[in-house]
Amino acid sequence: MTRHDIIDRVIKELQGDLPAVYRPYQVVAERTGLSEEEVISVLNGLREKGMLKRIGAVLRHQKVGYDANAMVVWKVAEEDMDRVGNLMAACPLVSHCYWRETPAGWPFNIFTMVHARSHQELQAVIHELSCKSGIGEYRVIESVRELKKTSVQYR
Amino acid sequence: MDQVDIKILNYLQEGITLSPRPFLDMARELGISEETILARIEALRDRGLIRRLGGVFDSPRMGMKSTLCAMEVPEARIPEVAQQVNAYREVTHNYLRNDVYNMWFTVTASSGEDLERILQEIESYTGIKVISMPVRQRYKIKVAFALNDET
Repeated sequence: MTRHDIIDRVIKELQGDLPAVYRPYQVVAERTGLSEEEVISVLNGLREKGMLKRIGAVLRHQKVGYDANAMVVWKVAEEDMDRVGNLMAACPLVSHCYWRETPAGWPFNIFTMVHARSHQELQAVIHELSCKSGIGEYRVIESVRELKKTSVQYR
Repeated sequence: MDQVDIKILNYLQEGITLSPRPFLDMARELGISEETILARIEALRDRGLIRRLGGVFDSPRMGMKSTLCAMEVPEARIPEVAQQVNAYREVTHNYLRNDVYNMWFTVTASSGEDLERILQEIESYTGIKVISMPVRQRYKIKVAFALNDET
């Protein structure tokens, strides 16, 4: 098995669910035919390269009380992008903040995902983001229905 | 959800250690026994609060190409178009939203060519224009929810 194969196996295993047991990396080791030490070494390597952000939990945010969510898109001038992007990123209720390339006819180029515990809190946060940034042209796009939500398959 | 669950979920969102006994490290830091932590995690997973416990990867650094797409789908065609879009494993999220563009989905593929091909296929199968909005700059990705006893 080459180093590349080893890394592939570990990624494949870790993109799934890890059991909550005393030695979870030992379980990964058994499933991949590696030793626990090798698994941990691969994970450290992936983390150093920035490919692995962490081994952690992804929550169902509606179930933990954050059930008022919206994608808010903002019209920001190109030279003002970093100021606004960083300001919005600093808000704890903003989980994602991106500057996106957009087609003609779609003027909103900063995309934020905002999560709150009530509709009232959501409105308040959006209002605050608008006031602080000075960006008055924005659109609140709420989800009506989840059609699909899965994880990326890397390997 | 009690205080113990909240402590556990807040910790797990930041990530466990890469040591042979990550839940023992967690137990020491939180002052909760390792046994309790293991049992609670499985219970939180069963109750659906934890969607997944595992590797959280950085997809651009993993060499993946992704984009956010939107389509203006006539109401009557939503089920059929959703089925076509969702059939791709590269489509990870798809939401109906209250906008002129009512279907919003993300595509993450292993190359730029794959990504382009998928968008073109969706357009030609459905006959509906797909607008693609790839990231120019990331300012934040931090899907961690601060939990407290109000929840």
